[in-house]
Amino acid sequence: MNQLALAIPWLGKRNPAAARWVVIALALAAPLIAVLFGKTWVRILDFAMLYVMLAIGLNLVVGFAGLLDLGYIAFYAVGAYTFAFLASPHFDIHLPFWLVLPAGAGFAALAGIILGLPTLRLRGDYLAIVTLGFGEIVRIFLNNLNHPINITNGPQGINMVDPLVLFGWDISQGLQIGESFKINSLFLYYYVFLAFVVLSIILVQRLQISRIGRAWAAIRDDELAAKAIGINTRNMKLLAFSLGATFGGVSGGLFAAFQGFVSPESFSLMESIAVLTMIVFGGMGNLAGVIVGALALTALPEILRYVAVPVQQALFDRVILDPEVLRMLLLSLAMIFMMLLRPSGLIPAYSRYSRPELVVGKESSGEAAK
Amino acid sequence: MITLLEARGIGKRFGGLTALSDVSLTIRKGEIYGLIGPNGAGKTTFFNVLTGAYTAEQGEIVFNGTELPAGKPHLVVEAGIARTFQNIRLFREMTALENVMAGHHIRSRANPFAILLQTKHAKEEERLITERAFELLRYVGIERFADTVSKNLSYGDQRRLEIARALATEPQLLALDEPAAGMNATETGKLRELVQTIRHDGVTVLLIEHDVKLVMGLCDRLAVLDFGKKIAEDVPAMVQKNDAVISAYLGGGTHKAGAAA
Repeated sequence: MNQLALAIPWLGKRNPAAARWVVIALALAAPLIAVLFGKTWVRILDFAMLYVMLAIGLNLVVGFAGLLDLGYIAFYAVGAYTFAFLASPHFDIHLPFWLVLPAGAGFAALAGIILGLPTLRLRGDYLAIVTLGFGEIVRIFLNNLNHPINITNGPQGINMVDPLVLFGWDISQGLQIGESFKINSLFLYYYVFLAFVVLSIILVQRLQISRIGRAWAAIRDDELAAKAIGINTRNMKLLAFSLGATFGGVSGGLFAAFQGFVSPESFSLMESIAVLTMIVFGGMGNLAGVIVGALALTALPEILRYVAVPVQQALFDRVILDPEVLRMLLLSLAMIFMMLLRPSGLIPAYSRYSRPELVVGKESSGEAAK
Repeated sequence: MITLLEARGIGKRFGGLTALSDVSLTIRKGEIYGLIGPNGAGKTTFFNVLTGAYTAEQGEIVFNGTELPAGKPHLVVEAGIARTFQNIRLFREMTALENVMAGHHIRSRANPFAILLQTKHAKEEERLITERAFELLRYVGIERFADTVSKNLSYGDQRRLEIARALATEPQLLALDEPAAGMNATETGKLRELVQTIRHDGVTVLLIEHDVKLVMGLCDRLAVLDFGKKIAEDVPAMVQKNDAVISAYLGGGTHKAGAAA
């Protein structure tokens, strides 16, 4: 719960209890607010939740362990395609999601290790190039594995992926309450995704404040010194890659079920970069920053899409700049201003890797030094 | 006295340059052992071979009766040798406390699953690590900076923190690479006290140092390296009188100028 309260930077420090409730209320009420602007916005919110999960997973690799990964979307693809293979008419397999989702996570983790093994000695730009290549390889495989044997159905992708079925209840059908009232499935998906996001936050927070989180931060800050205090850097890096990939895999599986359709074009390099941008924008290494970054950068382009056209029409009677062009332009501008004004992101990292308050009598000294 | 560490015939080359040739030395349990020599004599190279950062072409190092694995720093730490660096290498973005806690990594066991599930054992271990880290910070005298991000500490305190982090690995042998470099007289004096306390508490200390005065006053025994060879190994008083050592430090003799410290 505290980790959620941290997401409010101002109130969070002054009155953590109130901040916590604000966060909870916002998270629960978000789709109800969004629906006032139209159902599309609830859908956007659903996607935002998936991006938050992706950002949390990538942050574990890039922000904590300092391993720059430009091919992260590949794990999202692995999760999504695993779900599509095991729960769609494509192979005519329809396994329940509680089997398929862990399978997707498992395969993604395996892919993480496969990517991690040959790149253990690489850092910085070199690592970025290799991971970028990995991401593209996965996408190209998905694009071309329809021949000679049709596995992925190539560029057409896989259709009619099974929706999430919780205890025999297909949530894509919505929830019928009484005769007249029906809760749309978009809302239900939102709350399912929210549950996954909350679980991810809790798990990542636990990892962060542990010997493993500290080992990752140590490798990020100084790999040689990390070795010199006995950290097995190989194992810790592989662990970061595989655990980070797991989040991508789960998110991908949820994406497949939500969308009902997967195709290679959802997993392009631009997507990897988009997720990385969210982390940088929000504040690398800081969980709250990463979440805010993901939400902001999912919502902004959509707001633009709905605002840019009417505004331009009102002002100039015609559309001068296509929203898509404007999107890239404004995103780039936003990034440039971020780098100039807040180089460490919207919410600069004050990441903790310890809890001094665990030792009796240290609570006060911990706060005083801040 | 019991032998803690024995290096036998260590040789290390970098391309055509012989950095170490046939260096043998013995460190006894509970002593402060100094390793000195002019710039480029091979002190730090020896250090890196000892701690597994480099692999030596010849020779072996026996620690506590077993041969040390070559080129595997984390196993060397596990065996009980901890080091500090000549140019301080802290984990910059972490607090002083977290730096020391990271040092406990090798002596803690919680696996990812235990951490994700927050088992009773994992929680208890985390609490113990935190407690131990506070103790170590107090031990080196920087407990009040526990919550300060390490890059913001003063130079002398960073040195102390690095020693605390090394001690967190629970070493039998603490290897300090020029700990007094860049320190003023007061700080050096405090460092001397700290090293003596550490030895008093049962940790053997290997000290590489440029500050001859510090070494002479602090060490029980010394080895002198010059051009990758050991030219003397004895108590400080005897080393001071050694002809080879004098010529190595003051020039002349068989060596060319440029070796002077």
